[in-house]
Amino acid sequence: MRSPPIPEMATQEVQLNETLAHLKTESETLKTKLEEERAKLHDVELHQVAEKVEALGQFVMKTRRTLKGHGNKVLCMDWCKDKRRIVSSSQDGKVIVWDAFTTNKEHAVTMPCTWVMACAYAPSGCAVACGGLDNKCSVYPLSLDKNENLAAKKKSVAMHTNYLSACSFTNSDMQILTSSGDGTCALWDVESGQLLQSFHGHAADVLCLDLAPSETGNTFVSGGCDKKANVWDMRSGQCIQSFETHESDINSVRYYPSGDAFASGSDDATCRLYDLRADREVAIYSKESIIFGVSSVDFSLSGRLLFGGYNDYTINVWDVLKGTRVSILFGHENRVSTLRVSPDGTAFCTGSWDHTLRIWA
Amino acid sequence: MTSNSNLSNMRRLVEQLKLEASVERIKVSQAAADLQQYCLQNASKDALLVGVPTGSNPFREPRSCAVV
Repeated sequence: MRSPPIPEMATQEVQLNETLAHLKTESETLKTKLEEERAKLHDVELHQVAEKVEALGQFVMKTRRTLKGHGNKVLCMDWCKDKRRIVSSSQDGKVIVWDAFTTNKEHAVTMPCTWVMACAYAPSGCAVACGGLDNKCSVYPLSLDKNENLAAKKKSVAMHTNYLSACSFTNSDMQILTSSGDGTCALWDVESGQLLQSFHGHAADVLCLDLAPSETGNTFVSGGCDKKANVWDMRSGQCIQSFETHESDINSVRYYPSGDAFASGSDDATCRLYDLRADREVAIYSKESIIFGVSSVDFSLSGRLLFGGYNDYTINVWDVLKGTRVSILFGHENRVSTLRVSPDGTAFCTGSWDHTLRIWA
Repeated sequence: MTSNSNLSNMRRLVEQLKLEASVERIKVSQAAADLQQYCLQNASKDALLVGVPTGSNPFREPRSCAVV
């Protein structure tokens, strides 16, 4: 380091370093205090509270439909509110809209990029959003005319500086929330493409996000390669709670149906449950025999079951309250990359690197 | 200047930690009881949990084959 020629500058540098050291100490103290405060309220484990709850019986869940048509790994899927249509996206650049009852393909769009990592159905059912290595999120209105070229009506909404990892419409077709490999999340106006709010705080790629159920207000949770799950206020852009207990990338986050908690799935082969009002992790769903990462998680309608799609091609079904595994489902011939329960909870859909989607019930 | 951006980053981190420390928390026993109550209250509506009467789950219906 070049020594400053003027004595005043030397004093300034010393002051700066002192302030920096002071702030470092303050941050360490605050971190310790945070852990202490959280620990004070940790009076019992969730599974202990749930000891008296009746154990779950045997589950019979099978593949009821197989959706074939993608030419490469399925990376993402989403249900339409009508509980029967599904949009899926793939490494081959295709985005397909299916009728899950009949397995017919209703629409197909070829994106200009490969690895379409994110897709979402609009609440109205009239449009889908998708994106990936193109760093954008684009919205395609769905036409009733099967012959119409969907690509022509495409609207570019979000622009990130790295890949798009996840996207979700908010309560209406008018706004989209995105997460990106550039470490940020962002809220966009669909019509104008304007950035409404950006969310900074992750120290690495953000891989997933989920919006709180509408009754609980304007928050969402995100998970990233920095092993953190952050809860954000959508209006202020502020991170209001942060959880760092996973030991590796968080690939999926999903709110508990009441909105008071959320689950996460990670490359550390565990799923975890975080309660927002207790402000801490309250359960870990893991087994010594499960060593492959979790790519996606979702709850059943009542929140009693947690479904996890794993990189070892299986789906593990967990009893959320008791912390035990109730079922393991086989069928996919490669990693399960995406998993969502249908809007009315009658089935769940998985997408896999084996190019197919399966509906389970 | 790197030291200045370090400083503003640290300031932001301290402010963020202060915010997170000030969150109002409830006991895990209370939170757990509420989670459990929600599960039990909604269990009957959860088709994947309790199953539904035969014929009312569209995915469990046997479907007629369609020639594609």
